[in-house]
Amino acid sequence: MSRLGAPLIGLALLAIWELYARTGGVDELILPAPTAIAEAAYEDRALLWDNFWVTAVEVAAGIAVSVVAAFALAVGLHLSRTARGAIFPLLVASQAVPIVIVAPLLVVWWGFGLTPKVAIVALVSFFPIVVATLDALRRVDPDELKLMRTLDATRWQTFRWAEAPAALPGALSGAKIAVAVAVIGAVFAEYAGSSEGLGHLILQSLPQLEIARAWAAVAILATFAVALFYALHLAERRIAPWAHRPGGPT
Amino acid sequence: MPAEGAITTPEAASRAQAPPTVTLHAVTQRFGDVVALEALSLDARPEEVVAVVGPSGCGKTTLLELVCGLAEPTAGTVEAAPAVLMAQRDLLLPWLSALDNAALPLRVQGRSRADARSAAAPLFAQLGLGGFEAARPYELSGGMKQRVAFLRTLLAGKPVLCLDEPFAALDAITRAEMQAWLAGALAREPRTVLLVTHDVEEALVLADRVVVLSRRPGRVVAELRPESPRPRAATDDEVVELRARAVAALEGAR
Ligand SMILES: Nc1ncnc2c1ncn2[C@@H]1O[C@H](COP(=O)(O)OP(=O)(O)O)[C@@H](O)[C@H]1O
Ligand SMILES: [Mg+2]
Repeated sequence: MSRLGAPLIGLALLAIWELYARTGGVDELILPAPTAIAEAAYEDRALLWDNFWVTAVEVAAGIAVSVVAAFALAVGLHLSRTARGAIFPLLVASQAVPIVIVAPLLVVWWGFGLTPKVAIVALVSFFPIVVATLDALRRVDPDELKLMRTLDATRWQTFRWAEAPAALPGALSGAKIAVAVAVIGAVFAEYAGSSEGLGHLILQSLPQLEIARAWAAVAILATFAVALFYALHLAERRIAPWAHRPGGPT
Repeated sequence: MPAEGAITTPEAASRAQAPPTVTLHAVTQRFGDVVALEALSLDARPEEVVAVVGPSGCGKTTLLELVCGLAEPTAGTVEAAPAVLMAQRDLLLPWLSALDNAALPLRVQGRSRADARSAAAPLFAQLGLGGFEAARPYELSGGMKQRVAFLRTLLAGKPVLCLDEPFAALDAITRAEMQAWLAGALAREPRTVLLVTHDVEEALVLADRVVVLSRRPGRVVAELRPESPRPRAATDDEVVELRARAVAALEGAR
């Protein structure tokens, strides 16, 4: 029943939307009916597919870069109280800088290619990953640290054996939280300067009054975000099966 | 240290002459207003198994952490050969297999994975863990986890083992089984052992000497030396008799 819940609710919402659009509740240039969007998606499937791949690569590469960099930074912040005090406020502040302003700057520096997109996706998904990783590092069982001490482990060995394995699933759950904002980041990055990708396609479709096509692109982006979320979830389970067992940590 | 019972076996006699591996002198440990240990003196000789019994919260874990150098006493002196702690919880790392958990101290000593495993494997099998090398900690029973944790403690290669209520979490049948197992393991790999337990009978079955602590703050209220060599059966006359004395000492100290 709970498995059927999400599709059933989705179908019900689509039905209401369809009815609302057909009965002329809203201008079709603003909100086309789901069937119209599906039709557009089918007609423009080749166009949508090509642009989807561009955006998908941007998002996946951005998140991958972000996980690596955020993990390294979180470890640094965890190891050094001084670094934590100095850098953490900057990190929070960086989250308040609107990506709409940063994105065009990066495009000016790095051009229309993949690099500024990956950088922007990495930037927007960075923070939740750092926070989740730091949290996981801080929640490491103090008795496990005591165990490492009684075995005369060095700081590095304690990290290697007790802390890093606990932090890894933390970084991945941070990445899960970051998925939605990463997709939005990619769209913004394409808005700021691009010749391809679903964000670019949306930006082009609107003035051409291809509203249904733009909505089809939005639907694909949303589906992609869900798929990515579950992919990360599976990766987390593979890398850290113990975190999902009864009796394991978290 | 005045002897309460006569020392009979030749091993015990030679042991009694050797300098102690662990000496605590007038140790007091405070945590804020809580006095966990007060003016406690205790020693253990090479390869002697000293059991420490006392009610919950009387400072037994604190005592072991002092011996292992994980804490400094508020007052008094602690002298001990290198000691390793087997904590109350098994603390097996969930991301390692049973064999890798047991071999962890060898890895920490800088040996390669293959080297550490092949060094740990024979003891792993001898101590009744054969077949469980690749098992993850969550796949092991309580008794098996304690065996792996004990083997890990042993492989730390230190002369003193501090065992903190190793069998407290086990059911009665498994506990009796594990007591016999520990006696066998120590016969194979003799070490100086401080065995903390709140089970007087367990102490009398396994130890050369039993130190009884009072309620908090922990002080030594009795010291028992069974004459027969360890391990003893729980039904031995001597065990039954000394058990009554220990219980009386615990109650008298309230
Ligand atoms: N790190 C600590 N900080 C504050 N109080 C502590 C700490 N460690 C132990 N205690 C207190 O000291 C007393 C003895 O603790 P412990 O040695 O764990 O007892 P036992 O192992 O005999 O049950 C308890 O009252 C406990 O609450
Ligand atoms: Mg304790």
